[in-house]
Amino acid sequence: MSMNSQGRPTAPTADNDTGEMTPVFESFSGHQGLRIAEPLVFELGTTQTTGVDVEEIEDFELSVGGLERDSEIGCPGLAEPDVVRHFTRLSRRNYGIDMGVFPLGSCTMKHNPRLNEKMARLPGFGDIHPLQPLSTVQGALELMTELSHWITTLTGMPAVALSPKAGAHGELCGVMAIRAALEARGDAREIVLCPESAHGTNPATAAFCGYKVKSIPAKENGRVDAEALKAALDDTVAAVMITNPNTCGLFEDEIKDIADAIHAAGAFFYCDGANFNAIMGKVRPGDLGVDAMHLNLHKTFSTPHGGGGPGSGPVVFSDALKDFAPMPYVVAGADGFDIVEDGDDTSLGRLTAYHGQMGMYVRALSYMMSHGSDGIRQAAEDAVLNANYVLASLGDVMSASFDGPCMHEALFDDRFLKDTGVTTLDFAKAMIDEGYHPMTMYFPLVVHGAMLVEPTETESKYNMDQFIRSMRGLATEARAGKTARFEGAPYHAPWKRLDETQAARQPVLRYTVPEAAE
Amino acid sequence: MTKYTEDHEWVEADGDIATIGITDYAQKALGDVVFVELPEVNASYSAGDEVAVVESVKAASEVYAPLDGVITEVNGDLEGDPSLVNTAPTSNGWFFKMKLANTGDLDGLMDEEAYNDFVAGLE
Repeated sequence: MSMNSQGRPTAPTADNDTGEMTPVFESFSGHQGLRIAEPLVFELGTTQTTGVDVEEIEDFELSVGGLERDSEIGCPGLAEPDVVRHFTRLSRRNYGIDMGVFPLGSCTMKHNPRLNEKMARLPGFGDIHPLQPLSTVQGALELMTELSHWITTLTGMPAVALSPKAGAHGELCGVMAIRAALEARGDAREIVLCPESAHGTNPATAAFCGYKVKSIPAKENGRVDAEALKAALDDTVAAVMITNPNTCGLFEDEIKDIADAIHAAGAFFYCDGANFNAIMGKVRPGDLGVDAMHLNLHKTFSTPHGGGGPGSGPVVFSDALKDFAPMPYVVAGADGFDIVEDGDDTSLGRLTAYHGQMGMYVRALSYMMSHGSDGIRQAAEDAVLNANYVLASLGDVMSASFDGPCMHEALFDDRFLKDTGVTTLDFAKAMIDEGYHPMTMYFPLVVHGAMLVEPTETESKYNMDQFIRSMRGLATEARAGKTARFEGAPYHAPWKRLDETQAARQPVLRYTVPEAAE
Repeated sequence: MTKYTEDHEWVEADGDIATIGITDYAQKALGDVVFVELPEVNASYSAGDEVAVVESVKAASEVYAPLDGVITEVNGDLEGDPSLVNTAPTSNGWFFKMKLANTGDLDGLMDEEAYNDFVAGLE
């Protein structure tokens, strides 16, 4: 056992890591020290109390016709400290990127730099309203223009639509633009090709836009089968949707060849840019023949997500598609910046009520400008290096799905658990006991019992060594047949193993007042 | 005689009406089924078309039309109790019935022995 310079052990010892979490006696409160048992908010307050002084309502005339509510809402009235405590207590049972390593593959759970937050709170950005006179928001419009410049430069694409509000919304925007372009040239096509390893949103987007989806198989090495794809290309194919790097964490090395074949068939190449964080500053999608691609500001450019903030999915367009991009968009005129809201006849129309997620634009640009072009490139390199460190450090005890190095995420499958009785799900639950959010499991579907680990550039070597130590420990125990810690895991979490089947078959979606209390 | 597809569906024909469900191997691979989306009666499909969706705690998967035909009946019990797919995949857990456009197409599917060999090859 190693000690630090103060003589404290640097790793948990047998004495302080016995797994014994059950108190020797029950407390009178139901709390366990700092682990506070928290009831539902409905059980905390009553509908008869209120934490706010509201004036007595005088006679008034309703203007909602016959639509007024005729029963109680049932919301409890709580005082401010009770509300603050309720949500603070719940938050302490949660896990986020601010708590520790969050290796959820495909989701890119990066640290959200606090500088971004400071910028987003500047009154000129934080306190504005989309209906303000344009003369009073020139700075915000300039910021959107500057962000557009960074995005088009990084991607090597001529145009960008900022307004889409998430990755899937960006896909919708891109495929709608493709449909608009095809219709404009009177070319009715009906098929969109997606590889097997695609994000589920790709075929869903294509189907939503009225296309029939055809799946393209993957090769043994985890890449899309270019020959099968070319064989499926003809004049009925509207677009091909490919994620690069793909969901196996691998770069599609025949991508240029594929793009040329797509264009030769008169189709468009939609690239799912969810994994752009692995190649930003290194590869420009415009050079690969991409026609449309969304960027996830909430992944690649460090804006919060996963309950922490809204997504934002700007879409870049090639010359062939840019005229069909959605409104509104910002233009620079002689008298300052202006917004084009209507009158663009080739545009596919509007996708959002206003101009998109302004707060995310500020945060993303803050990330870009504080890193600079060299820093952005290094962030991509560090993300790839970290993923390969995980892959190389666990390759002997877990089963890597594909040979060779990966990009920004390391993919394992469940072959190393064969005949142990431990499943990918059990392994993920045991990671919760280790104090980690589990990796992505059972995705991508192209390997059995997938475990997809994405450390991002956020993690230091120290953090990753701690994480790898846990993963190695779990993998070694499982393979040695010591399965007790997996069977009912998590044991240390506030809530133990949940019955996912029951939760899905008979979901309880809302609170109902217990009958005895009525 | 029961026939099988490479997409792990079983097909049992009575005259030109075929009953279709997923195999025991398929339900085991899926895990606990929590939701089944069934086709509309009278809808017509070609072999290979996506007809139904089966969702488990692990994944959502498509069920394909094994042959050309028109849907004549669906198993409404699955909507209330999708666990039938796990407990009785080849009996009460059937998905839909279809009137086959061409019963001769059945010859193109696998028999039980061929399907068992096919599954053994996947292990």
